Amino acid sequence: MTQIKTIQDTEEEIIDEFSLFDSWDEKYEYIIDMGKKLKPLEDEYKKEGNKIKGCQSTVWMVSEFKDGKVFYRAESDAVIVKGLVSMLIRVLSGHTPKEILDAKLEFIDKIGMKQHLAQTRSNGLLAMVKQMKLDASVYSAQQITKN
Amino acid sequence: MHTTSLHIAFDVEQIRRHFPILNRLVKEKPLVYFDNAATSQKPIEVIEALSNYYKFYNANIHRGIHSLAEEATAAYEATRDTVQQFINAAHREEIIFTRGVTESINLVAYTWARTNLKAGDEIIITGMEHHSNIVPWQMIAEITGAKLKVIPVDDNGELIMEEFHKLLNEKTKLVSVVHASNSLGTINPVKEIIDASHKAGAMVMLDGAQSTVHLDIDVQELDCDFFAISSHKVYGPTGIGVLYGKKALLEAMPPFMGGGEMIKEVTFEKTTWNELPYKFEAGTPNIADTVAFKAAIDFLNKIGKKQIRHHEDELLQYATAELEAINGLRMIGKAKHKVSVASFIVEGVHPQDLGILLDNQGVAVRTGHHCTQPLMNRFGISGTVRASFAMYNTKDEIDVMIMALKKAIKLLR
Repeated sequence: MTQIKTIQDTEEEIIDEFSLFDSWDEKYEYIIDMGKKLKPLEDEYKKEGNKIKGCQSTVWMVSEFKDGKVFYRAESDAVIVKGLVSMLIRVLSGHTPKEILDAKLEFIDKIGMKQHLAQTRSNGLLAMVKQMKLDASVYSAQQITKN
Repeated sequence: MHTTSLHIAFDVEQIRRHFPILNRLVKEKPLVYFDNAATSQKPIEVIEALSNYYKFYNANIHRGIHSLAEEATAAYEATRDTVQQFINAAHREEIIFTRGVTESINLVAYTWARTNLKAGDEIIITGMEHHSNIVPWQMIAEITGAKLKVIPVDDNGELIMEEFHKLLNEKTKLVSVVHASNSLGTINPVKEIIDASHKAGAMVMLDGAQSTVHLDIDVQELDCDFFAISSHKVYGPTGIGVLYGKKALLEAMPPFMGGGEMIKEVTFEKTTWNELPYKFEAGTPNIADTVAFKAAIDFLNKIGKKQIRHHEDELLQYATAELEAINGLRMIGKAKHKVSVASFIVEGVHPQDLGILLDNQGVAVRTGHHCTQPLMNRFGISGTVRASFAMYNTKDEIDVMIMALKKAIKLLR
């Protein structure tokens, strides 16, 4: 059922959820809540090779390619980043490499979180998006060579 | 009781009126600016000096014979005189304009250290250096074969001076030390370091990035060989700073960069260097910011460092007491002598999360390793939250930060 949902659909869904909030406090409260609810990554995955290092916080991410779709799991040592990461996973995970590579992820701007993608924040979120897309392009290339 | 001094009462509300940026809102809240150790805000006097330069007498300096060039040159050189008095240098040509502390340190590294150090020589720094007082020496050590030695830091964030005295020996050629720590606020016993180093035959460079704005700097009394300043941390513009060096040393040093201004005569066979300070100021300098830097020092002098220090000490003590009362909060840096820097961590909460939520309340603090990763490793932490205070900050603003912090911690835990 959920598989029918496009990346665009999930983005719209998140934008709708955030439209209920009037203040920054409420937005961040919601993100923090999502961060706390993100299923922690097992310690075995929290190794150097899975690290996406920002200037201040660290994100660990793993991906898996199954039935033509990419599935992501991730964690961060900072809760707000974890919440943002959990939204990215919700939007991108379970889609084909092409869909992921084409995703513009405009929801981040629309919910007012664009600053977290700015270079100045250096918190690993921008690097995280890049890594998610990079993984997708690697799977996409593998698919082509297999065919 | 009558006093004979022309003491003008320190009025923080009056001072705030000089800083236009303090009127702005951040996330619909009045700005509380506690990131002064990164850069201070600028008084209107500095902003106007900068714009007046471009409006009325912008010209290239030293060479022109027209009126604008003369005015611009006079203003540029007036800053040199002001800086000379500000740090009590013996000669005006001991004041070299650079882009800031980083360039000043690199200048000494690539000229003095590169020509004077050899394999086996030792450079001593401290465990609380900013990366800008670590990396240039590592690069020079790589080139010359010199070795880098580090004075360790104790749990309070003070230098372990016995270890320094043990490190110092006949191989020590340079001791480069941060005067006041940007991460902890610690004011280091630089006089003791300078005297001991000189006895051992070593030169001393002080990183004055944090100290210059708070402490009275007298380079002759300190007897340091080099002293580095960044204008933007002293209420002045970005992109301009100072290297002070003792005249004899500067004269013996080769130039840093080649170009215009720094030469006496150029032929394709041989070029001779200009005299001090111009030997080290190649190319058209940052005239506008240099001119406006004078306005910053004049402003600081008018208010008076002593009064400012008193005000900032009060803020630091108040903030420290309020912060320590928060459950699970630990101050990082408890030195006896500190500039107005309050660095802390909160158990179970990432500094970055606190920084983001404080920003939501209009409070600007710095979070992270503050470009002092070895120091953070020493304390076994990845970073801190740092609130640093300037002359225009108030106790009310600290109350706003404490409220915002409590709210954030509740949300994050």
